Amino acid sequence: MSDVRELDATELARRIASGETSAAEALRSALAAIDTQDGALHAFLRVDREAALERARALDAAQRRGEPLGALHGVPVALKSNMCIADRETNCASRILAGYRPPYTATFVQRLLDAGAIPLGHTNMDEFAMGSSSENSAFGPTRNPWDLARTPGGSSSGSAVAVASGMCPLALGSDTGGSVRQPAALCGVAGFKPTYGRVSRYGLIAFGSSLDQVSPFARSVRDLELATSVISGADPRDSTCVDAPPLAPEEPREGLAGLRVGIPAEALGAGLERGVRRAFDAACAELAALGADCVPVSLAHLEAAIPTYYVVATAEASSNLARYEGVRYGARVPGDGTLQGMFAATRAAGFGAEVKRRILLGTYVLSAGYYEAWYGRALKVRRLIADDFETAFESVDLIATPTSPCVAFALGERVDDPLAMYQSDVLTVPASLAGLPAVSVPCGFAAQGSQSNDGNDGGNGGLPVGLQLVGPTLADARVLAVARAFEEAGGHRRLPPVRARSEGAVT
Amino acid sequence: MSAWVPVIGLEVHVQLATDTKLFCGCLSRFGAEPNTLTCPVCTGQPGALPVLNERALELAVRAALALGCAVADWSKFDRKNYFYCDLPKGYQISQYDRPLCTGGTGGGIRLSSGRLVRLNRIHMEEDAGKAIHDRGPRTLVDLNRAGVPLIEAVSEADLASAAQAYEYLTALKEVLEYAGVSDCDMEKGSLRCDVNVSVHPEGEGWRTKVEVKNLNSFRNVEAAIEYEIRRQVAAYEGGDPARYPVQETRLFDAQAGVTRSMRGKEDESDYRYFPEPDLPPFHVDAAFRARQAALLPEMPKAKRRRYQEELGLSEYDAGVLTAARDVASFFEAVAARTGRAKEAANWVSNSILAGLSDAAVEAATIADLPFGPEALAEVLELVERGTITKTAGRQVVAHMLAAGGEPAAIVAELGLEQVQDSGRIEEWCRAALAGKDRIALDVKAGNLKALGAAIGSVMKLSGGSADPEVVRETLLRIIREEL
Repeated sequence: MSDVRELDATELARRIASGETSAAEALRSALAAIDTQDGALHAFLRVDREAALERARALDAAQRRGEPLGALHGVPVALKSNMCIADRETNCASRILAGYRPPYTATFVQRLLDAGAIPLGHTNMDEFAMGSSSENSAFGPTRNPWDLARTPGGSSSGSAVAVASGMCPLALGSDTGGSVRQPAALCGVAGFKPTYGRVSRYGLIAFGSSLDQVSPFARSVRDLELATSVISGADPRDSTCVDAPPLAPEEPREGLAGLRVGIPAEALGAGLERGVRRAFDAACAELAALGADCVPVSLAHLEAAIPTYYVVATAEASSNLARYEGVRYGARVPGDGTLQGMFAATRAAGFGAEVKRRILLGTYVLSAGYYEAWYGRALKVRRLIADDFETAFESVDLIATPTSPCVAFALGERVDDPLAMYQSDVLTVPASLAGLPAVSVPCGFAAQGSQSNDGNDGGNGGLPVGLQLVGPTLADARVLAVARAFEEAGGHRRLPPVRARSEGAVT
Repeated sequence: MSAWVPVIGLEVHVQLATDTKLFCGCLSRFGAEPNTLTCPVCTGQPGALPVLNERALELAVRAALALGCAVADWSKFDRKNYFYCDLPKGYQISQYDRPLCTGGTGGGIRLSSGRLVRLNRIHMEEDAGKAIHDRGPRTLVDLNRAGVPLIEAVSEADLASAAQAYEYLTALKEVLEYAGVSDCDMEKGSLRCDVNVSVHPEGEGWRTKVEVKNLNSFRNVEAAIEYEIRRQVAAYEGGDPARYPVQETRLFDAQAGVTRSMRGKEDESDYRYFPEPDLPPFHVDAAFRARQAALLPEMPKAKRRRYQEELGLSEYDAGVLTAARDVASFFEAVAARTGRAKEAANWVSNSILAGLSDAAVEAATIADLPFGPEALAEVLELVERGTITKTAGRQVVAHMLAAGGEPAAIVAELGLEQVQDSGRIEEWCRAALAGKDRIALDVKAGNLKALGAAIGSVMKLSGGSADPEVVRETLLRIIREEL
C-alpha cells in the first residue's frame, strides 16, 4: 500500500512505473484520505470516484501491455472548479454556473491527461476566484487542515487543502493576484505561479484575463517542476501564450553560491505579522547559509500594487462575467419576463456579494468619464511596477519576500472588511501585475498576530509561513531551482494532523 | 428662407469573404441550419479564448489598401460591452482607439462629380448572432453568424444628397468586390449600412445629427435619407424648438417609407471600451502590406481608363465590362487570346451579357457559364478565319449558353461551316431574287439598302453559312447581268 500522504508525485510516479504499486492502489489511498478528512475540510466540491477508478484501471492495463508511460502516469490530481473538463460540472463555486457542464476540455487538463494523470474531481474555491479565504464560495468554506477554525487562504482553497492534507500529491489552482501562492503559504505547501503566458488559459474560466495563470500546488518543489513541465508550452488556442517551450527544470543546485537575492524594504513594512517577519528573516539567513548574497532592493511603487490590481482585475472581470446572463447556459431566473429583466434577475440571484462588488467596481472604472482617471491610470502604474522589477533584476537574480503578511486568519475574521481581506494579497499582487514567475515554499511556522512569542520554527499550534521568490520573465526554471535548494536544505515540510470526519463538528 | 444643406455620413459593415470566423475555426457561411456552425469560442463558453484569423486580417488590409487608406503599423482589439441575447460573451470584440485605419489617410471614394468622400476609419470586428422574434412567443437565437468577420468603413460627413450616398455605396461595393474582400451581398447581410443625417441653413454651422438604421438596400438608403432630410427641414421650418430634431437613433420602415425613433441619446449604452486582454496588439508591417497590395487586382476606375485609352473601347463599353470583376476578367481573357479587344468587347457585351439576361439561359452570372473565355475566343477565331460567318458565330454562342460544348464541334453539328461553293450560293441568290423585281430595280437605281435585304434573305436560306462577301458579289452579278 502506498499512502499518498507520505509521497510526493515524483516518487509516486516512480513507484507506479516500477511496479511497486499501481495507479489503482494509489488512487484508493487518495480516495481513502478524502473519505477520512474531507467531511471536516471541504476541499472538494465533487469527487469523480468512478471515473477516476476506471481511468486508474485503464492506466494499469496500459502499463501491463507495455505502453509508454507519461510523466504523471497514475498520479491523482485535484483541479480547481474553474478548470473545464468536458461534460463534468465546472461551476466556479458559483450558483450561476451550478450544473454547467463544459462541452470541451481545457488545454492544460488535456496535457495532464496525456501525461497519465488521474483527475480526482473539482475543488472548492472563492466564487469565480475572487477572494482570499474560501468564504466567497457559494457552497460553504474550506477549512485549514492546521486549524479547522481558520481559512486555508484562497481563492484556490480546496486545491491547497487537498495537497496539504495528503488527499493527493498534486493539484492545480489559478493565480490571479496570489490565489495559489497565498493558500500555499497558509497551508504549508509549495505553489508556483509561472510567467504569465507560460501555461495556456484555454479552458480556465476567466477572472482577470491579463493576470490569470494556471499554477500547481505540491508537497515538493520538484513536483512543481514536474507539473509545470507537463502543462506549460505554447497553445494555438491562447494568443496570450508566450512562444516558449515547456519548462525544462534545471539540474538540482549544490548550494546557492553566487546567487544574488534582493530583499525589498517596501515589502517588510507595516501590516507584517511579527511571526511572519521572524520566519522570513530566518529564511533569508538560510539562503545566505547556502551561499546566496541577500541585498536590499527597492520596489518603489509596491504600495500602489493593491489599488492598481483591484482596478485592472475588476475591470476585466466586469466584462468577463457579462456572459453569465441566463441565455445559453447556467442558471436562469425569468424576472419580469423581459430580456433585461431576465438578465438582471439571473445575475442578482446567481452571483454572491463579493462577485457583485467587483463587477460594480470594474464597471465603474471603465465608465465614460472615469476610464482615464481609473483604468487608464492603473495601466500606467502597472507599467511602473513592472519597471521597478526590471530595474531590480539588473542587480539581483531573484527577489524574496514573505508570501503573505499574515498566517492563516480565522474564518469570519475579515468577511465584513473587504479592504482588510484585499490586503492579504499585498505581497503577491506585484508579481502578478508584472507577469513574473513566483513560487511560495514553506519556510517555518508562527503564531498569529503581533504578539507572537518565540518559536519561529513552529511549536505545536504554529501556523505555516511561506517564502516567496520572484524571478524575471521566463526565469521560471531559476525560481524553482532556488526554491528546491532552499526546501531541501531547510526541511520545513511537514504534514498537518489528520482531520478525521469525527473532528469535523467545528462550525 | 435660405436653402437647407444636408450633411450625410455613412457607416458600412462589410462581411469579409473568409472560410472561417474571425476568432475560431467555425465555418462562416450563410443559410446553414441554426446553431450548427458554432463552437465553445463563438458561443461564449466560459474559459474559451479568441484567436485572430490571419486570413481576415489579410482581407481587411486589402480592403483598406483598395480604398486608398493608409494602414496603421500596429493595431489592437477592444471589447465593446453591452448586453443582448444575440451577443454570447456580453461584449463584442471590435476596435476602438487603434483601428486598422484611422482618419486623415487620404483614402475614400471619388464621386463622378469629382467630390471626394473621405473615409474616417476602417476597423475590424466580429458579428453578433441573430435574434429571431417572429416565430411564436419566444425569442430564438441563432449563433451561426456570431463571430463572422466584418470590417466597418466609416465615412466623413462628406455627402450632401441621397443620390450621392447611392453613388458612394455603389462605388464602395464595386471596389470591395473587386478587391475580393467581400461578396457585398446585401440580401445575405454581407453589406449593411447605417446613415447619419443632419441639415442646416446654408452658411451656418452643422446641427444635430440623427442616425438611421435598418437599411437593407441601396434604394432604402436613398429613400431614408430623402425622408429624413424632409422631416428635419420641416421640423426646423415649423419653428417650434420643442420639435426640432434631437440626437437619436431611428429605424427606417421600408414599407411606410418613414423613419421612426428607436432610442434617444440618453438610452445609449456606455460601451465601456477597453483593450481586449485575450488578444495582444498586432503589427501590420510593411512586408505584410506589400504582400496584400500585390494581391490587389486593378481597380475598376483604373480599368475603365485603360480600356478606353489602351484598348480603344468606348466609355460605354468600358463601363459595361468593368461593372463586375468576373466580367472584366472574362473579357480580358478573350481579348488576350484573340488579340482583338474591340471584337472581344462586342462579343462579351452583345452575345454573353445579353444572353445572361435571357430568361431561357440558366446561367445568371458570368461565373455560372458552362464554358470559359477560351471557348468564346475560339468562336472569334473561327469567325476571323472565315470558317464561319458572324451570324453563325452568334448561333454557336447561343448554343453554348444553353448547353456548353466545344465551338468546333457545334459548328460541325449544326453544319455552320461557311459555304463558298458558288453553285450553291447562286442557287440561294436566285431563290432570294425570284419574283422580287423591285430589288433589282432599286439596286440598279443605286439603292444599296435593297441589296442588304437580299443578302439577309440569302443568309437565312443558307442557315447563316454562306460567305456574305460571295453572296454580295453573286447578287450584284445576277442583277447586273440578268435582270
